[in-house]
Amino acid sequence: MTVPVLQVENLNVDYRLERQWLNALRDVSLTINPLEIHGLVGESGSGKTTLALALMRYLAPNARISSGTISLDGDDLLAKSPADMRRIWGKDISLVPQDSLASLNPSYPVGDQIAEVTRRHQRLSRRESWRQAVEMLRRVKLADPETVARRYPHQLSGGMQQRVTIAMALSTQPRLLILDEPTTALDVTTQAVILDLFRELIRANNAAALYVSHDLGIVAQLCDRVTVLYGGEVMASGPVATLYRQPLHPYTIGLLASLPRPTPGVETRLPAIEGAAPSLAERPRACVFEPRCPAAIPLCAEVKPALEKLPDGRLVKCHRWREIASGAVQLPTAPVQQTTSAPPRQRTVLQADGVTKRFGESNLLDQILGRASKPVRAVDGVSLRIRERSTLGLVGESGSGKTTLARCIVGLTTADEGELELLEVPLANALSQRSRDELRNLQMVFQNPNDALNPYHTVGQALARTIRRLSAERLTDEDIRQRIAQLLAAVRLPAEYAGRYPAELSGGEKQRVAIARAFAANPALIVADEPTSALDVSVQSVVLNLLKDLRARESASYLLISHNLDVVAYLADWIAVMYLGEIVEEGDADDVYNPPSHPYTEALVSARPVPDPAARQKIIRLEGEVPSARHLPSGCRFHTRCPRKLGAICETEAPPWRDAGDGHFIRCHIPVDELAELQAGPPDSKHEDR
Amino acid sequence: MFARALAQLTRRPLTLLGLCIVILFLFVAVFGPAIAPYRYDTIIRGAARQPPSAEHLFGTDRLGRDVFSRVVWGARDIIFLPAVTTALSVIFGTCIGLLIGYYGGWLDEIVSRALDSLLAIPALVLALVMLGTIGPSPFGIIVVIVMLYTPIVARVVRSATLNIRSQGFVEAARLRGESTLYILFQEILPGVLPALTVEAALRFSYAIFLTASLGFLGLGVQPPSPDWGRMVNEARDSVSQTPWALWAPAGAIAILIIGVNLLSDGLRRIFRYEGQVE
Repeated sequence: MTVPVLQVENLNVDYRLERQWLNALRDVSLTINPLEIHGLVGESGSGKTTLALALMRYLAPNARISSGTISLDGDDLLAKSPADMRRIWGKDISLVPQDSLASLNPSYPVGDQIAEVTRRHQRLSRRESWRQAVEMLRRVKLADPETVARRYPHQLSGGMQQRVTIAMALSTQPRLLILDEPTTALDVTTQAVILDLFRELIRANNAAALYVSHDLGIVAQLCDRVTVLYGGEVMASGPVATLYRQPLHPYTIGLLASLPRPTPGVETRLPAIEGAAPSLAERPRACVFEPRCPAAIPLCAEVKPALEKLPDGRLVKCHRWREIASGAVQLPTAPVQQTTSAPPRQRTVLQADGVTKRFGESNLLDQILGRASKPVRAVDGVSLRIRERSTLGLVGESGSGKTTLARCIVGLTTADEGELELLEVPLANALSQRSRDELRNLQMVFQNPNDALNPYHTVGQALARTIRRLSAERLTDEDIRQRIAQLLAAVRLPAEYAGRYPAELSGGEKQRVAIARAFAANPALIVADEPTSALDVSVQSVVLNLLKDLRARESASYLLISHNLDVVAYLADWIAVMYLGEIVEEGDADDVYNPPSHPYTEALVSARPVPDPAARQKIIRLEGEVPSARHLPSGCRFHTRCPRKLGAICETEAPPWRDAGDGHFIRCHIPVDELAELQAGPPDSKHEDR
Repeated sequence: MFARALAQLTRRPLTLLGLCIVILFLFVAVFGPAIAPYRYDTIIRGAARQPPSAEHLFGTDRLGRDVFSRVVWGARDIIFLPAVTTALSVIFGTCIGLLIGYYGGWLDEIVSRALDSLLAIPALVLALVMLGTIGPSPFGIIVVIVMLYTPIVARVVRSATLNIRSQGFVEAARLRGESTLYILFQEILPGVLPALTVEAALRFSYAIFLTASLGFLGLGVQPPSPDWGRMVNEARDSVSQTPWALWAPAGAIAILIIGVNLLSDGLRRIFRYEGQVE
């Protein structure tokens, strides 16, 4: 039998908070075999980062490992001295962190930083270590590694920085790689490339890895085995294929079911896990998941279930897994079909024509001296139309201009050119020239729930002020109180939340208050900029369902912006895809997933991590970086990265809008039928070696 | 939040000590004339150059004035002037900082450069020139210190404002058509207050120091009214005969500044944890 690379047994970690020790990890066991990528999934607060740090014995000073064993290649890590650990860090265990910019030293070229690792651990000479650093950069597929090695971190894009940290982590050929959400800050297209790289390099290095993530899609695509952590305890563990195909723990079932996914032609509702993860001090004594569990029985609140080992080697910690396995207990596993929402009306809520926004980065002195630099065209002549009671989804990578476009529409940024119409009446571009009624009709939900609410105002104050400002009629205090109660009920928060401060709310609750505020005065259109990207998966589904319910009830329309195609597809009935300030494709939400589509959309769809280990996807990877909007590529803006580039015509001539029927338009030189033919081919077989 | 901060203040021994010192000096400043056994300008016949004793706690100076009484009487000016200048600097600095931080653009560029150039002038040089021209007076001191400290407060408020102005709740306020005044004072100011409180305490201690320095240079409150800075200067010549006349006011200045600094340091630590906008 092979010796596992990492073996953790009954690990307990405590944190000291306010003079008492709180149990953060309870009896966690984990085995990682050579060549294995082990996924560690959990919401924020589940203890996954604590576990990753505990494995490296790199916990905060107020944490302690109270019991358990950790062994690396059969060697007891807990018995090592701090000096031994320093030799192990970076050599036997390496970490690829979430924020690559923060982990690179800004004052040294990246090549020096990689070279330092090998110089320290392998006692290589200066020249030899530099040569190896360049070689590592070549292995992470950075074009022109000699030049990149001499660059400073800030001169590299996010994707390139992440490759540098990977190169650094792999440079000493570690036995174990710990990957702590290494792609969260990256675009899907970049993420797909980086994940391919992990797969390849871990195998080539004969290493093993622990992949910490909250994204079930990535874990399905990348990992061999997965452990689900909740409230500091292992809920379930097993091979990815069986765990996803037949989840036995109600939490795993809930997580998988709550992922938005395309359901062409059918109106659905996500089964959501209600409630929020318990804080460290408030963890239930018996089953930690019991308060949120749809299958909980009285026993669950009294006796802690044991982590049972199934015949096939899977682990599950639930009193009722046998009933779930036999089908005696049925839990929703997929979006539930819904018969509601009235269809969109023909009336237009918002029409934008040729909206353009340029940003100049020149300062006052430069302007006086006439040195104004070339402006960045963030949004370049975009036109779109949103019908009443419908949702337009806007997708694109960072830098595509989608947020700027949204801000131009609500007026937070004044568009330089273009015309807006709200409810078929012309709308001023500048916020200051809009009437109260126009303001009322156009509200926004922001990306970050943590700064959407003023920390010094209670929930009630925030809602009351919005209602008072935007309502046409004069309202009495009693009217306002009633409306606040109504709004809180609509976003399913208890009425007493009116007296709370934002600091007393969880992230999901804050976002619900922010949604209530946007709906405070019956708006016609709500612009939601990445409304769920800062939230956990289980909370995301609650917010998405809420947005869907409110659309039907309040008869509002949405402009929904997201980099997550699945989130957009769940809510939107119409999708527009943006690239470098232009819309390159728009059409019915169900059509965008299927050919014919713009090569860029095709790449986005292909890059999206599907939470199904058996899924076969076309592998289309966009190489290179999004070009700067300051120096837009000539012709088709996508030609520098397009995998279906025709030739010179793409570089010289702007592509025409091609009609694919039913209002589906694609901006490409390739005719629609040809695109359909090209894209209809069978999906590439998935990474053969799996 | 501020109630919680106050509760925390009393939990740190050093901060509590600072608070006690400040309260003691405030008490002396308010009730000084009632505490002091003599008036500040009473010359006690035949009692010149007396060392500290039960009758004259800090001894007497070379003119025969009771040093303890003069220190007690002087507390009022040394606290009142810096308090006024701090209050005015904080008010002006906050308004300027909020405006340029919120609007940004060319307004910020012009005003910030102007503030920078004010900051570039050495404090004492500016004070000497100004007070030399308009003549030494409490009003003159207030004008000079406010001119010196307003830019510093404005810069602190500006940078705090820059952090807050792009947050969602400020944009939400704009989207419901709030006036700029409402946004500045209702939405942004509460978030600036923690940094501002710390800065105000720091300005206060510097203002005390500067006021005393100006007094030492003879540009402060004019004789015969007592000024700790000038008392130090006057006692300097006869330090070998009446060291107490020098040590008493100098020690009072030192203790007061240490007290204010301990307090402001405590405030800074508390607000670093408490005042952060999550």
